[in-house]
Amino acid sequence: MPQLLIKGGTVYDPKNNIDGEVRDIWIQDGRIIDAPSDVSTKADKTIDATGYVIMPGGVDMHCHIAGPKVNTARKMMPDDKRLAPMVHRTMHTRSGTTGAVPSTWATGYLYSGLGYTTAFDAAVPPLAARHTHEELEDTPIIDKGFYVMMGNNHYIMKQLKEKDPEKVKACVAWLINSAKGYGAKLVNPGGVEAWKSGQRNVDTLDETVDGFDIKPRDIIQGVARAVDELGMPHPVHLHCNNLGLPGNHDTTFETMKALEGYRGHLTHIQFHSYGGDPDDQLTFKSEVPRLAQYVNENKNLTVDVGQVMFDKTTSMTGDGPLGYFLHKVLGRKWFSGDTEMEAGCGIVPIEYRNKSMIHTLQWAIGLEWYLMVDDPWRIGMSTDHPNGGSFMAYPEIIALLMDRGRRQEVLDKAPDGVAERCSLADLSREYTLYEIAIITRASPARILGLQNKGHLGTGADADVTIYSRDDDIQRMFELPRYVVNRGEIVVDDGEVRSNAEGKLLHVAPDFDLDMIPDIQDWFEDHYTIQFRNYPVDQNYLSNPEQVPTTVPS
Amino acid sequence: MSTVAPPPQESSDSTEVPELKVVTDATCTFCGCVCDDMELTVQDNKITKAKNACVLGKAWFLNHHIEDRPDATIEGQPASYEQAIERAADILSNAIYPITYGLSDTTCEAQRVAVAISDWIGGCVDTTTSVCHGPSGIAFQEVGEVTCTLGEIKNRADYIVFWGGNPAESHPRHFTRYSLMPKGQFLPNGRKDRTAVLVDVRKTKSARAADIFLQVKPRSDFELAWAMRAIAKGVEIDPSIEEQTGISLERLTEVVEGMKAAKFGVILFGMGLTMTRGKHLNSEAILSLARDLNKYTRWTAKPMRGHGNVTGADNVVTWQTGFPFGVHLGRGYPRFNPGEWTSSDLLARGEADAALIIASDPMSNFSQPARDHLEKIDSVVLDPKLSETAKTATVAFTTSTYGINTTGTVYRMDDVPIPLRPAFDSPYRSDYEILKAIEKRIREKQLNGNLSS
Repeated sequence: MPQLLIKGGTVYDPKNNIDGEVRDIWIQDGRIIDAPSDVSTKADKTIDATGYVIMPGGVDMHCHIAGPKVNTARKMMPDDKRLAPMVHRTMHTRSGTTGAVPSTWATGYLYSGLGYTTAFDAAVPPLAARHTHEELEDTPIIDKGFYVMMGNNHYIMKQLKEKDPEKVKACVAWLINSAKGYGAKLVNPGGVEAWKSGQRNVDTLDETVDGFDIKPRDIIQGVARAVDELGMPHPVHLHCNNLGLPGNHDTTFETMKALEGYRGHLTHIQFHSYGGDPDDQLTFKSEVPRLAQYVNENKNLTVDVGQVMFDKTTSMTGDGPLGYFLHKVLGRKWFSGDTEMEAGCGIVPIEYRNKSMIHTLQWAIGLEWYLMVDDPWRIGMSTDHPNGGSFMAYPEIIALLMDRGRRQEVLDKAPDGVAERCSLADLSREYTLYEIAIITRASPARILGLQNKGHLGTGADADVTIYSRDDDIQRMFELPRYVVNRGEIVVDDGEVRSNAEGKLLHVAPDFDLDMIPDIQDWFEDHYTIQFRNYPVDQNYLSNPEQVPTTVPS
Repeated sequence: MSTVAPPPQESSDSTEVPELKVVTDATCTFCGCVCDDMELTVQDNKITKAKNACVLGKAWFLNHHIEDRPDATIEGQPASYEQAIERAADILSNAIYPITYGLSDTTCEAQRVAVAISDWIGGCVDTTTSVCHGPSGIAFQEVGEVTCTLGEIKNRADYIVFWGGNPAESHPRHFTRYSLMPKGQFLPNGRKDRTAVLVDVRKTKSARAADIFLQVKPRSDFELAWAMRAIAKGVEIDPSIEEQTGISLERLTEVVEGMKAAKFGVILFGMGLTMTRGKHLNSEAILSLARDLNKYTRWTAKPMRGHGNVTGADNVVTWQTGFPFGVHLGRGYPRFNPGEWTSSDLLARGEADAALIIASDPMSNFSQPARDHLEKIDSVVLDPKLSETAKTATVAFTTSTYGINTTGTVYRMDDVPIPLRPAFDSPYRSDYEILKAIEKRIREKQLNGNLSS
């Protein structure tokens, strides 16, 4: 196979401790290879990267890009696309629409254009896994996967009540295997079932879920334990209870403490870090220092941010009661979809305005998280696309993190009350390119347990982004000079040149197959499809890569 | 780059007759219920038994036979497959304003290729949604929808309103499998734990299954639903509502109070609502009513979709273009405008110059002006049968039948994707295979600069 050489670029590869050193990168068969020992070897193609900044391809560990919820949002929001930039068909690529929720082909092209080569959809009901796979197959270029929602799964709740951790573990593994998913996701554990049953929601970790006689705390600990024992590469991926409510920091803090002894990833942590009184929005304030300190001190935890940016967007969530809450607050159109035995969904359009004290505080709280977690390896960049904003806003977030003055400019124009309700103005930290490379590629890859992503060492997937140096950091990250995906040059000077199909990344944890009949009995009593028609068949996947599990010794 | 998964391995019951095969967990694609618990007995390329199928499903499976037709015809004359592909690719790539239509009775895999073709040639793509629940799709864009999968109805719904539909005859297993009769997780006594209302302009067979029948005057569904919203909110309604709708205020109030007292309710609405006066406003009223009731308890609503995979068509067109139907790709990017780029309207105005029709028969059900125009222009038609549309086609392909002969994916009316387990092979190719070949040929012509326009 032909060799590609990226020559003389300034490389930022944190996993391999390379901080802005001039290096050559050799690529063959889609992977990074050692430089040939024969120095006279000529590559089949060489990119002269002298003066350019080289990073591994970006890894988005939490976004909503495929599946029923995403597609429903597309269907519901034609108004969102009317004035948004269109993706034109070219001789080699398909057309599409953008706005808050781009169509599938557009999603692949836009991520690639931004230098991102891997993305994970964060919330898929296993009953709709097949749908998600179909969409991901139509999402070109990038590698992708998804997390399987199980925080309100009836079988898991039943076994937690029976105090049967082996059955919980079997069900987690069976769900991941059936869906061909990557990670285990909890969304408002117990609260979504409460919404579906008419109980509305659960307010604390210790409120009982009607009909199941268990508490959110049981679900969090039970699934975290199962995920660890199964040796899944990514820890339990947790959307905490009480998202978005003033005063929810106590719930978040309790959740962090409940995860003691387990690995846990707390997602879109920005939305869970609020002080104040839930019945009085004017009391809203940041509680990041308390929570960030706990994260700094407890190495079992990682977070991604869910940064809010000022723009129109569409909120979409597996958190049914949250959808209702947003509908009530905003008065906008609302989709809610309950999935039998396992999940819920809420979709409401939203606009974050810099004239709103609440929205500006949310923006500041997200930035506080980036700046107050000491170890960048424990935090990943995200907007919870499209909830806090589009993934297309990542370059702007990078610029905000690298330039204190830019943050201050926003704060200077912020509504009254913002500055004193958060500590952002006091945070002088500015990210370096090396740290940016960590939170946008290396740490998400590490948190996901992806050995071949997020770095440029020998054997890594040859996902490489080549940036032109620019004093305007946002522009630099918006327009990479080249993007290489698995060794193929997919973007050249802003032009997407590939329509290749990326890989579907999934895991297949081993479990006790004798546990299946019990799951099947329960399934056949309650579902409306046949047990045999539930799992996604391996041959349904067109370009899969199974990521290994590691059972801890 | 799309692929169709090979059919899952089926276990053949080994009896004395070696040809006898039983396919379990097969899926019926006749209506939007997409029941996947079929047990098909197959003998010599014929389905002899269809256990669990309803009367419509039995007709679908048992009457299915392989027609003795050419693989393809050009202008009515038998033609080789290759010639037909070539001609189809010529027609579609030379057209200035081609349309793609149908799609609701084929697999998602085929639908994806059909949208791809429409994109590459810059045509319009539209599905039968535009002539059935299109208004519900528009209402959805106005107010959203509070909905659930059919299993939620089975397990939780203690109050069910059927509106503008006759499921007893259109979706026969809906009552027994999903909505009215089954015992559910939280409804141990099944039918006894549920209250059922039917709202319709006439007393259909479904009325017998309901506890309460509200015979609404024709063309007043909107007024009735809007009055119910008002009553639910405690707004005073004039008793003249009875003259308008045929339902007394007292009766209506009683029903609304019952709905508010339910634990989990659902309104299942049909084309009797969407295709009468008010159209999308009717759907909007129903969706709003269900939404409003969530202030008091849990309520949901769901359109009763007809065709086996019309829900898949909505999904595929949406994920590839951003819009569910009536999509125009002629400017090189997707635009959406029902009425302008919906096929029946566009043909009736005499606008398209070529058509790709997949698994649908517009020559049987479009308006006369639309049919007149469709007959005039070049068309490529894929259908298992010699439909009226296939008879007028420039190029017609005989196809295998999805769910009976081909594997793939279909979406139930509640967006649940379900795999197909075919009963036996057809001598004819699948929609997917034919469309893929057409796409490939069109792309070759485009990339080689062979386009004449």
